[in-house]
Amino acid sequence: MAKTHVTMKVNGNEVEGLVEPRLLLVHFIRDNLQLTGTHIGCETTHCGACTIDIDGMSVKSCTMFAVQADGADILTIEGVANADGTLSAVQEGFRAMHGLQCGFCTPGMIVRAHRLLQENPSPSEEDIRMGISGNLCRCTGYQNIVKAIQYAAAKINGTEFKEAAE
Amino acid sequence: MNDMAPTREQREAKLEGMGCKRKRVEDARFTQGKGNYVDDLKLPGMLHGDFVRSPYAHARVKSINTEAALKVPGVLAVITAETLKTVNLAWMPTLAGDVQMVLADGKVLFQNQEVAFVVATDRYAADDGINAVDVEYEALPVVIDPFHAMDADAPVLREDIAGKMTGAHGPRKHANHIFEWSVGDKDLTDVAFRKADVSIKEMLSYQRVHPCPLETCQCVASFDKVSGDLTIWGTFQAPHVIRTVVALIASLPEQKIHVISPDVGGGFGNKVGAYPGYICAAVASIVTGKPVKWVEDRIENLTSTSFARDYHMTTEIAATKEGKVTGLRVHVLADHGAFDACADPSKWPAGFFNIVTGSYDFPTAHVCVDGIYSNKAPGGVAYRCSFRVTEASYCIERGMDILAQKLGMDPAELRLKNFIRPEQFPYQSALGWEYDSGDYATAMKKMMESVQYAELRKEQAIKREAFKLGETREVMGIGVSFFTEIVGAGPSKNCDILGIAMFDSCEIRLHPTGAGIARVGTKSTGQGHETTWAQIIATEIGIPADRIMVEEGNTDTAPYGLGTYGSRSTPVAGAAIATAARKIKAKAQMIAAYRLEVHEDDLEWDIDGFRVKGLPEKTMSMKDICWAAYNSVPPGMEPGLEAVSYYDPPNMTYPFGAYICVMDIDVDTGVYKVRRFYALDDCGTRINPMIIEGQVHGGLTEAFAIAMGQEIRYDETGNVVTGSFMDFFMPTAVETPHWETDFTVTPSPHHPIGAKGVGESPNVGGVPAFSNAVNDAFAFLGSTHIQMPHDYWRNWQAAKTLGVV
Repeated sequence: MAKTHVTMKVNGNEVEGLVEPRLLLVHFIRDNLQLTGTHIGCETTHCGACTIDIDGMSVKSCTMFAVQADGADILTIEGVANADGTLSAVQEGFRAMHGLQCGFCTPGMIVRAHRLLQENPSPSEEDIRMGISGNLCRCTGYQNIVKAIQYAAAKINGTEFKEAAE
Repeated sequence: MNDMAPTREQREAKLEGMGCKRKRVEDARFTQGKGNYVDDLKLPGMLHGDFVRSPYAHARVKSINTEAALKVPGVLAVITAETLKTVNLAWMPTLAGDVQMVLADGKVLFQNQEVAFVVATDRYAADDGINAVDVEYEALPVVIDPFHAMDADAPVLREDIAGKMTGAHGPRKHANHIFEWSVGDKDLTDVAFRKADVSIKEMLSYQRVHPCPLETCQCVASFDKVSGDLTIWGTFQAPHVIRTVVALIASLPEQKIHVISPDVGGGFGNKVGAYPGYICAAVASIVTGKPVKWVEDRIENLTSTSFARDYHMTTEIAATKEGKVTGLRVHVLADHGAFDACADPSKWPAGFFNIVTGSYDFPTAHVCVDGIYSNKAPGGVAYRCSFRVTEASYCIERGMDILAQKLGMDPAELRLKNFIRPEQFPYQSALGWEYDSGDYATAMKKMMESVQYAELRKEQAIKREAFKLGETREVMGIGVSFFTEIVGAGPSKNCDILGIAMFDSCEIRLHPTGAGIARVGTKSTGQGHETTWAQIIATEIGIPADRIMVEEGNTDTAPYGLGTYGSRSTPVAGAAIATAARKIKAKAQMIAAYRLEVHEDDLEWDIDGFRVKGLPEKTMSMKDICWAAYNSVPPGMEPGLEAVSYYDPPNMTYPFGAYICVMDIDVDTGVYKVRRFYALDDCGTRINPMIIEGQVHGGLTEAFAIAMGQEIRYDETGNVVTGSFMDFFMPTAVETPHWETDFTVTPSPHHPIGAKGVGESPNVGGVPAFSNAVNDAFAFLGSTHIQMPHDYWRNWQAAKTLGVV
């Protein structure tokens, strides 16, 4: 099958590749670029494990072709940490609030939360729940993920984080 | 002035031992995309395999033509049952004593059954190859409704055993019958029913569902033709069992088989069994000499690798008019699908369903389970529960509510009246279990006080009146559930898998500088073992948890263990860890005595080392003992500080809990709103409360999904109609209720640290709490039982049936 040349910026690095037009973006990221933090949980755009950030928007990379991302600026979980290598506020929140268990949904969830907090720096619990409703988690029941994102929002905003009573 | 010596509190805190909310060590890699899951593995020259699957639920396979597929660019091989027959692998044994086709051999028995395995250079080429395989089928009549599986004119599904009227678990009554399993005293139970003032009888169906971890089942198999070694990386909850299964069925020497479970993205029972994908990938690697990866997609996961429940339970309870239960009788029709591939301990074809007497003091009971074949996917795994325990819990907890309704009693009051009392433990149940410990009334009353139960019932009475008057279109339900689980399989006297006793194991090796590694026979699929196992060791031997590395999942390095499922990790492996640590501590005491020049008996343990009794300043820390173990042990003692323990539990453990769900349902739309869900769990000693709460949240969310919407449903011709996330209910953060958690602590008397296990309790107790809430909401309109799942449509149907819409 004829291949197409694509270039994109991934986590700040210029990358390129020769790809079949049918190659899914998630496979380009995982197999060609070997950035395996982005996961595949359903291949029908329901679970959100493959969520990445493209040009400032959350996108499920399992139902987008690599050729459609030609020229795009992409952020994956591997690019979320702070420049000095420390955990970002969102990553730290997930650890502090036990917002993950098996870890499989976590990269997509964190990349989504990262974008959510740019869209809405002070989300309510309802905003957070709606904002991550494209990302499924089978382990946590979401409650601690909500807390993790609240923790991150407080840290970014420099406000005090108060854990809601159960 | 010298540095202040750390206080006792500081020394305790530094250990991060049992009882502390230690943050997880796993999270550093998982939050940065550095986890190591099977599909992340890439080996040089690796090929991809994928299945041609049957569109029919029951059909004869007339021919399979692979010619065109083999011409597809990138396709290297197409494996069929004929190929597998050359290595005697067309069929494989199941954990339940049956056999299962690896690839269709003459016929197919369920939709999406594996028919051929296409091996290609990449997953896209494999898919091209699948599309080019030409299979000719001749459709056959199907068995979908389990209640018609044993009709006289039902089509015979399993022609391979058609003439065999004895199966792995005794006589078969029909060609589509697998086993009859009965337990309890039938005659005494019949008498109890004849004498009963009151009795109830209801058929309670627990629909077919799927565990559906977010990562599907997958593996990479790599056969080295020179050395003869076969390495399989896979999503295995029980890697050692997989190694032994492969050794047995492939006739390979077991030391040449290396099974590795890397990070696993959730299991929930789905990843216990052996599936055709693993066999085909291994055979394909042997045939091609290259590593072969198999990754199932979500539709394949939901429709072929196992299922859970599909239990249809005719439930009868006998009682006095005062509400004292006198007998329980249950008949179960168990739909096992096309092959009996239930993942139960070998002698337990219906798992531990005989825990069905629950938390109540039944003087007599009788249970009979009939397993049948149908044209559905094989399996029957314990989806976030010990074997068939969630079915049993649903059965008794719905049954008790139905009895309360008939007696006109409050469901909580009925339960309190019938609980096994604290002084009755250890308690012998009518169906043969010995419950280890429990204080049910205390837990129940704490739950009732916490949610102000009496107030809720008053509010409900007012709302019911308002509904009757037409002032509201909402009905309010209060669902009570009080479950007793049986977990920690299990004692070798009654539990084995393929003849291997269900012990578990731990090996601890301490290093000279006061650090160490613990290798355990279990495999975390999200439970956080790397964190919690180190906490047990920290408390037991005084080495800080962050100096203990925990390793699981590599059969070459970990001692043999039976794996993680059925909430067995803490009850069995947790005990092995504690006993291995105690062996180390005993040796450490001898070293300390030698170095301190006192008798061993003159030493006492103090947080992180030994001190001489009466001379608190004369101490030796575990850190120093570690160093001494490598240079100055007592004469005649071997150097080093390590221990191995294989723990055969003397009994199961019996966690319990009191749950309550408050729900409002709009009868015109069927839309429900979970107003409140409170879960009190008693799992004995609590190792890490943060992780326990996380487990409870997750288990409750799965219970919510099952009770309120999940179902693997088949149409009358055997098509799966809920085979993707489009149709199979997966709650998002929006639908998922807020969870309130609470606890009591009743340690297990026979477990070294008193822990009972918790991961599955919320599923076991949660499902009946939700279902009881829905049923309670409609009860005053004359309904006794509405089947799950209680989605909006079914709620609306219920309201219509009751004549209020």
